Amino acid sequence: MQAFIIRRLLIGVVILFILSITVFLLLRIVPGDPAKQKCGLNCKAEQIEAIRHDMGLDKPYFPIDVESGPPFVSFTSDSQYGSWLGGIFTGDLGTSTVNNRPVTESIRNRFPVTAELMVLTLILTVIIGIPFGIVSAVWKNSLADYAVRLIAIAGLAVPGFWVATLALILPFEWWGYAPPIGKFVKLTADPVGNFKQMIVPAAVLALGSAAGVMRLTRSSLLETLRQDYMRTARAKGLHERSVVFRHGMKNSLIPVVTVLGLQISGLLGGALIVEQIFTLPGLGDYTVRALFQKDFEVVQTMTLYAGVTVVALNLLVDISYAWLDPRIRYS
Amino acid sequence: MAEEIAVRSGAFLGGRAREAGPGIGARLRKLATLARQNPLGTLGLIIIVVFVLVAIFAPWIAPYDPKAFSGQRDEGISASHIFGTERLGRDIFSRVVYGSRISLSVAVISVLIGGSIGICFGIISGYMGGIIDSIIQRTVDAAIAFPALLLLLIITQALGPSFKTIVFALMLAVIPGVTRVVRGAVLSEKNNQYVEAARATGAWAPRVLFRHILPNVVALGIIVMTTLLGTIILAEAALSFLGLGIPGATSWGQDVSKSREFLPYNVNAAVFPGGAITLTVLGFNLLGDAIRDIFDPRLRGSR
Repeated sequence: MQAFIIRRLLIGVVILFILSITVFLLLRIVPGDPAKQKCGLNCKAEQIEAIRHDMGLDKPYFPIDVESGPPFVSFTSDSQYGSWLGGIFTGDLGTSTVNNRPVTESIRNRFPVTAELMVLTLILTVIIGIPFGIVSAVWKNSLADYAVRLIAIAGLAVPGFWVATLALILPFEWWGYAPPIGKFVKLTADPVGNFKQMIVPAAVLALGSAAGVMRLTRSSLLETLRQDYMRTARAKGLHERSVVFRHGMKNSLIPVVTVLGLQISGLLGGALIVEQIFTLPGLGDYTVRALFQKDFEVVQTMTLYAGVTVVALNLLVDISYAWLDPRIRYS
Repeated sequence: MAEEIAVRSGAFLGGRAREAGPGIGARLRKLATLARQNPLGTLGLIIIVVFVLVAIFAPWIAPYDPKAFSGQRDEGISASHIFGTERLGRDIFSRVVYGSRISLSVAVISVLIGGSIGICFGIISGYMGGIIDSIIQRTVDAAIAFPALLLLLIITQALGPSFKTIVFALMLAVIPGVTRVVRGAVLSEKNNQYVEAARATGAWAPRVLFRHILPNVVALGIIVMTTLLGTIILAEAALSFLGLGIPGATSWGQDVSKSREFLPYNVNAAVFPGGAITLTVLGFNLLGDAIRDIFDPRLRGSR
């Protein structure tokens, strides 16, 4: 188990390294000179050069350079990639052009919003997805089963941004009610007001993931119910309810846990859109703003941040997998 | 002339195919049985065929030019504008009809290219093994672990949104999933006895690959590609919703986004294009599920 965790951690680091290089290079192929853009029109060459120096754009990309002659590689202590990564480790990420504030401060302020949104979404996903999946499997081919399957199929086909838009438009059209958007209420300041703001976006995000969990719970439970030990449990004279819940659920929920972990990356992507529509000041909103204002330093950092979150959560899921299912032994 | 073609194609297919080939009637009956057994898949196919026809014959179906101001602004549903008009007075029905062209073409092209590349990577990764396999698999891990939408946004914004860059970005999103599945299939085929037998008889490695492994693996790759089409349509719509769609194009995602920009909201302009996206994705998902169930029962209910 320990060896497995260490191996997974190392793989995680490799993954994040690939990701950081990819994003770094991707944002360097952008046409146009950021320094020229910052300087504005009628700008002298020396001024641009000064800004380039200020932004660190005159530094080489990577700390390692390949040369034609021996010793073939040369190292520089000061490079764009190096100072970016160094900044991440020391917590000094510079100032963003999005709001002219330190990036670290923005992340600290915005993190609770996105985290709360994710937690609410996961709770809704579980309390909607799993019970309906169970109903669907236990009463297979009943009317309820068909209804659940239909909802799940539709839930996977509906674009989240469309549901979010309708959640905004239709109540206004029908009852003149506008969901509380615009001014954000902090959880610590007014829990009820905060909940009113968060619940609709969380429900929109949960729609797709709950549909996936429903389908998986159904197929997983059906698979378990077919097993021999379930027949044995019934033959022992156990009540059907305890057969399903004590024996069936325990074994069939394991794959569901993995899928929940895998959904995190999709939900983070969804947060990019939902935070925009419902004007929640979270990390997704920050990333999209930075992207549109071409503050690529911030986009780079946020991308790596999302990567770290996903990799870490997936590692946790894998560990919990082994903990839930003693049959699994990682080597 | 016709006889010559028949003889040639017969030779091409090999004698056996000609003898054993069932008549057209028998084939249609087989197809009908297949359709009866998969009502949802058939429904999906019908939806897709309808949308493909709409995309092809858009100029004849749409009553107005989708970019022309054919009515008053924010008109309701009427005989002359069956879905109403949007904020600038353009006919929503015509815009929905023309929007199918962008959605379908972008999705199909990017899935075809990305899927083919993914199949190649999967075969290389699974067949070669070793360090190449490790490099490809870690890169796939990185790509899968990551919010695809963020990567799509970065690529389109970095390269500037256009038809080519959006297809390129979506194509990149298709590659990892296909690579992963195809690699798994290659690995399991490699361990089959018939491959070992072929090797033992001294068959040349590429020959084993092309004659024995490839046909089985490519079929699986195509199945995965069908199931991905719906996802890619959703991704394209999300991009245009955020304003990174093809500039100047009539697209569903963008129209939904425009409907909520100002008060009063235009309900029709949100409902119909969004409904079109949902219906198309639904069609592809239903068809994809059915195809997967028919060709690979092992995967049944896996989604």
